[in-house]
Amino acid sequence: MAEVHRPAQQFTLRLRRYDPESGQAPYWDQHTIELEPHRSVLEGILQARDRVDGSIGIRCSCRQAICGSCGVRINGAPALACNTHLEAAARTGSDEVIEVEPMGNMPVLKDLIVDMDAVHWKKIRRVTPWLLAKQPVPEREYLVPRESMVDVTQTMACIQCGACVSDCLSMEVDPDFIGPAALAKAYRFVGDPRDDQQLERLNDLAQDPHGIFDCTHCFNCVDACPKDVDPMGQIMRLRRIATSDHHIVDRNNGQRHEAAFTGLVRDYGLNHEAELLSRSYGGNSWFGKFHPAAGKELLSSLPVVAKGLLRGKLDPRTAVLGHKLPKADLRSVHRIYERIEEREQRYELNLFITGYDEDLEPASPRDRSGSPDQPVAQAAAGEAAAGGPASGEADAASEGAPDLPSASAAAGASGGAASGASAGPAAEESGGAAGGGAAGSSPAHGAGGGGEQGAPSEDSSE
Amino acid sequence: MRVAYWPGCVSRGFTPELHGSMAKVAPLLDLELIELDRACCTGAGVIAEHNQELADTLNARTFALAQQVDGAELMINICSTCQGAQSECQERLDANAEYRAHVNETLAGEGLSYERGLTNKNFLWLLVEEIGLERLRSLVTRPLYNLRVGPFYGCYIVRPRERLGIDREHPRDHYLHQLIEALGGTVIEYAGMRKCCGFPIVTMNKEASLRQAGRHLGDAVDAEADCLVTPCPLCHLNLDLQQPLAEQTVGRELDLPVLHLPQLVGLALGLEPGELGLNRHIVRPTSVIDWASAVVGAAA
Repeated sequence: MAEVHRPAQQFTLRLRRYDPESGQAPYWDQHTIELEPHRSVLEGILQARDRVDGSIGIRCSCRQAICGSCGVRINGAPALACNTHLEAAARTGSDEVIEVEPMGNMPVLKDLIVDMDAVHWKKIRRVTPWLLAKQPVPEREYLVPRESMVDVTQTMACIQCGACVSDCLSMEVDPDFIGPAALAKAYRFVGDPRDDQQLERLNDLAQDPHGIFDCTHCFNCVDACPKDVDPMGQIMRLRRIATSDHHIVDRNNGQRHEAAFTGLVRDYGLNHEAELLSRSYGGNSWFGKFHPAAGKELLSSLPVVAKGLLRGKLDPRTAVLGHKLPKADLRSVHRIYERIEEREQRYELNLFITGYDEDLEPASPRDRSGSPDQPVAQAAAGEAAAGGPASGEADAASEGAPDLPSASAAAGASGGAASGASAGPAAEESGGAAGGGAAGSSPAHGAGGGGEQGAPSEDSSE
Repeated sequence: MRVAYWPGCVSRGFTPELHGSMAKVAPLLDLELIELDRACCTGAGVIAEHNQELADTLNARTFALAQQVDGAELMINICSTCQGAQSECQERLDANAEYRAHVNETLAGEGLSYERGLTNKNFLWLLVEEIGLERLRSLVTRPLYNLRVGPFYGCYIVRPRERLGIDREHPRDHYLHQLIEALGGTVIEYAGMRKCCGFPIVTMNKEASLRQAGRHLGDAVDAEADCLVTPCPLCHLNLDLQQPLAEQTVGRELDLPVLHLPQLVGLALGLEPGELGLNRHIVRPTSVIDWASAVVGAAA
C-alpha cells in the first residue's frame, strides 16, 4: 500500500518451448522483460511475445483469475500466470529467474498450452456434471434451505483451470484416475439437495477402480488450487458419505480399509498393521485374514513379511497380537467413540465456510504449529486424567522397545476434571449466530452469493 | 530440553528401529523424551475421512495429555503422517472457540481439556528450529563425508503449506536438505523427493502404489544416491519393506537403502549402525554400513 508507483524493473523469464509438429525436442528459451514488480507473470510473457517472439504459445483471456485459461507451472509449482506477481515469482526462482512450463499430466499442444480436452474435460464429463433433478420438476424454482447450498459453494468456486490436475500424483502413475477437479465437481452435485441421484453417483465413483479410493492423499491439489476448493477434502467427503451414510462396500477395499482402521483404533487404541492389511482385503473382523481375497494378497506379501521377521524388523508378537493402550486409556478411547458415533448427525467444521475466529491474526496457522514461544505445559502438574497411571497394564508391549520415561508414570495422583470442561454446548446453538463460526453440518454464514435458492445455472459446460 | 513425545503406532509396530534409534539419539541432543504412552493413534487422516469430529476429539485428547506433561516445552513426533493428521485437527480446534468447546465437552468426561496454542513439531523441525543447525554441526563426530543422501520428505510435512507454517522464514520443505548438509553429507536431488510414496493406496490400488515407490527410488538411483532418508515411517514401509515388490512393478533392480531420520543423525553423532537398527531393514544398507566402518577405520 505504501509504494503505489514502483518503477518498472527487469525480470528474466525462462520459458519451456515445444512444438510437437516441428519434430524438434522441447527446449528452454530466455527473455528479459521490463515491468513494475506487481505486474503478473502473464503480462511478462505477453510482453516477450509482443516485443520479441510472436510465436510464444500461451492461452489467456480474463487476466484476473476468473476464466482459468492461463494455468502453467511457475518455478515447478502449478499456478495461474495472471495471478502470480513477477516479484513473488522471482523470489522463488533460482537466481531470480522465473521458470515457466506447461502444466503436467496433460499433453502439450504448443509451448505453454496443454490439451485440456484430452484429459481435464474428458474427466469432468465422466462425473455427469449436471443436475439430475428430482421429479416432478416444480413449475417454478426449487426451494431448498439456504444453508444446504452453502455446503457446496466451496466446489462452485472452481474455475476449471486444471492446476490440480497438473500435479495430481495419483494421475501421474494412473492416468485413468478421475482426478481432483472432476471429483470435486462430483461432490458439487452429490451435496446438492436438488439432485436425485446421490446414491447412484456415489456407487459409481466408489466402485470405479480409478474413483474416489484411488486418491493417494498427497495434498498436491490442495496447494495447487488458486481458489481454495480443496479438491482432496471434497474427495474425503465423498468417501465419508459413501461409506458412512450409504454403507457402500466397494470392490477396491476402500470401505473395508476405512472400517478396519477405525475399528482397530477403537479396539487397540493404536494401529495394528498386520490386522489392518488382512481386514482391508478380507473384511472387518478378526476372521478377515481367512477370506479368499485376503489370502491371495497376504500370500503375495509373504516373502516380504518373512524377511522382516528374519531381520528382527518385525517382532512376531507385535506382528500377530499388535500393541495396545493401557486398559484405562482404552476405555477412555471407547467412550469417545461411543459418544460421537451415536450422534444422529455427523458434526463437521469447514473452515472455508466458517473462517477463523477473529482474534486469530492471519499469521496464526504458522504460530500454532511453529513458534517456539508457546510452551505446552500450562496445565497444573500432576493433574492426571480420570483413568490414572496405567503404564503397567500395557499389553503386548513390543520387546526391545526403548525404556523411556512416560507421561503416565510421571503424572502422579488421580486428578479431578480438568478446567474448561463446562464450556457448554456449542452445536445446537451455533447454527444461526451471525458472528460466531457456525460449526456443524449446517453452517449458516452467508458465504458466497452463489445460488441460495432456486437453480443456480452453474457451469456445466466448457 | 524436555518434550512430550508422541512416537506414533508404526514406530512401535512395523518399524521398531525408528523408535529405538530415536531413544538412542535423544540423550546426545540433551533431549528428554516424556513418552505419551496413554495417547491413541492420530487416525492418519483415515479416521477423519470416516468422521471428522471423532478424529479431532481423539487428537484433542492427545494434545490435552501433552499439555499435562510437567515442564515440557513442546510436543514432538517422529512421524510425518502423525504431524499432518495432528496439524489438520489442531487447525480446526484452534480456529473456532465454539468447536473447541464442543470437543472439550466430550473430553470433560475423561477429565481432560485442550487449551488452544499447543506447539507440536516433527523431529525434523525440532532439529532445525529448536536445537539449531549450528549446534548440531558442533555435535557431529562422524561427518557424513562422501555419503550421497537423497531426502524423501513425505507429503504430510510439506503440504498444505499454510497449515504447516511453511514460508520464507520457515522453509520447512528444505529442512532435510539443510540437515544433510549440516551433518556433512551430500544432498542428492531427484524428481520424487517431495512426492507421495504411494502407501495410502497400497490396499486400494497396489499397482499404482508400488509404481510410485518404484519410480521415486529409481529416480534417486539414477541420481546416484547412496541412500534415502525419511522422517516418515509409512514412507519407509513402502520404500523399504515393499521395495522388493516395487522392483517387480517397475521392472528394474533398485537396492536402495532407506534410513529413518534419527538413524542418519545418530550415524553422524557417532553411534554404530547396529545400535541404530540398520541391520533390521529389508534393503540392507550395505553402502551406508560400509561407509560408516570405512570412516571409523580412517579415523583410527
